[in-house]
Amino acid sequence: MANESTTQGSRADAAEPRDSQWPLWEVFVQPPGGDPHEHAGSVHAVDAESALQNARDVYARRGEAVSIWVVRSGQITASTPEDMGPFFDPGNDKPYRHPQFYKIPRGIKV
Amino acid sequence: MTPIQPQQTPVSSPEDPERVAAFEARIAAGETIEPKDWMPERYRRQLVRMMSQHAHSEIVGMLPEGNWITRAPSLRRKMSLLAKVQDEAGHGLYIYCGTETLGVDRQELIEQLLTGTAKYSSIFNYPTLSWADIGAIGWLVDGAAIVNQTMLAKASYGPYARAMVRICKEENFHKRQGYEIMVTLAAGTPAQRRMAQDALDRWWWPSLMMFGPHDGQSSNSDELMRWGVKRKSNDELRQRFINLTVAQAKAIDLVIPDPQLGFDETTQDWRIGPIDWDEFWRVVKGNGPCNQERLAARRDAHADGEWVRVAAAAYAAKQAKIDSAFEAA
Repeated sequence: MANESTTQGSRADAAEPRDSQWPLWEVFVQPPGGDPHEHAGSVHAVDAESALQNARDVYARRGEAVSIWVVRSGQITASTPEDMGPFFDPGNDKPYRHPQFYKIPRGIKV
Repeated sequence: MTPIQPQQTPVSSPEDPERVAAFEARIAAGETIEPKDWMPERYRRQLVRMMSQHAHSEIVGMLPEGNWITRAPSLRRKMSLLAKVQDEAGHGLYIYCGTETLGVDRQELIEQLLTGTAKYSSIFNYPTLSWADIGAIGWLVDGAAIVNQTMLAKASYGPYARAMVRICKEENFHKRQGYEIMVTLAAGTPAQRRMAQDALDRWWWPSLMMFGPHDGQSSNSDELMRWGVKRKSNDELRQRFINLTVAQAKAIDLVIPDPQLGFDETTQDWRIGPIDWDEFWRVVKGNGPCNQERLAARRDAHADGEWVRVAAAAYAAKQAKIDSAFEAA
């Protein structure tokens, strides 16, 4: 138990994993057809170039990708679940941002 | 604002019942649990156990098949077997990285496998005695895995579910290449037919055991189902696999090695005879035909790969030095 919580703590704070398995990189893959890059998973790699090659080998063996991004996991800044309410709130009280807010006479297509 | 990995669950005990209730309500509402969400420590540990076992199984699963790469009967068969074994490695990696989002290191998980403290699927402790076994493994073992993984693609833990979606897409190729081998052998010479039947005879029962003990005997099932990790019970999944597979065996005139096999008109299910659970537990506990051999092969592979890891690190260090020299200039 104590062991596990130490592991978690050190991983949470560190940009680098503490062991010999090399840094963790998040992989984003862009499918053909102009869709945006999407998170596919992660790889361990010694540097960016080998991270890209590993990502190609692991996540793009069947024509899934026209482009791959890799980024060090520790370099990503993310919102936390606790932020969820207040952080995303401003959208909820602004219905006028949506087309359904505006009334159009019956029978007219706009 | 924090790095995205790993999850931030504080390890607090005892857990706040209100928090647990809110967590269970989220699962009941069909929401996905993500790495940084709060989760009960027990949920996290069950997932680490289940996902790492699953990842280990993919990795160890390469061994019985790798045994036949050099002896595949044609270049076509060799290419597809190579691709399949490469897929197994990839599947292992998808699930390892999913497991890492729960705050464990891959290195730790691999050490658990190599030291024999972690489990992997018992099916891989059986030997592959003939080429037909490669067919039977694709057809039956991957077939059973697909039934299981299709359900896990709806698991409550997001990273696991997403890894399963990806794996299911790839796994169908494995199953079809296996069945194609069986179709070919079953339609071949009498000796080839015997080989196919022999492989089915040996792999049928172990593949049924892949779904785990009967529901009544499965210690983890209730909890995993309550938390939406599993959506169907071991017996339900096993029945689905039996119904699919019996028809496939009949289509190529192979005989399911079970004298008690019979069709139940009311439930529309194929009923099987008793499973030899003693054998199952014997293999789970490390006394299967190849338990020692598999682990030894895995340890050797890891040790033999050491120079590659060292070389990659040395190369990266050298590149970094060159880059910084350029920048300085």
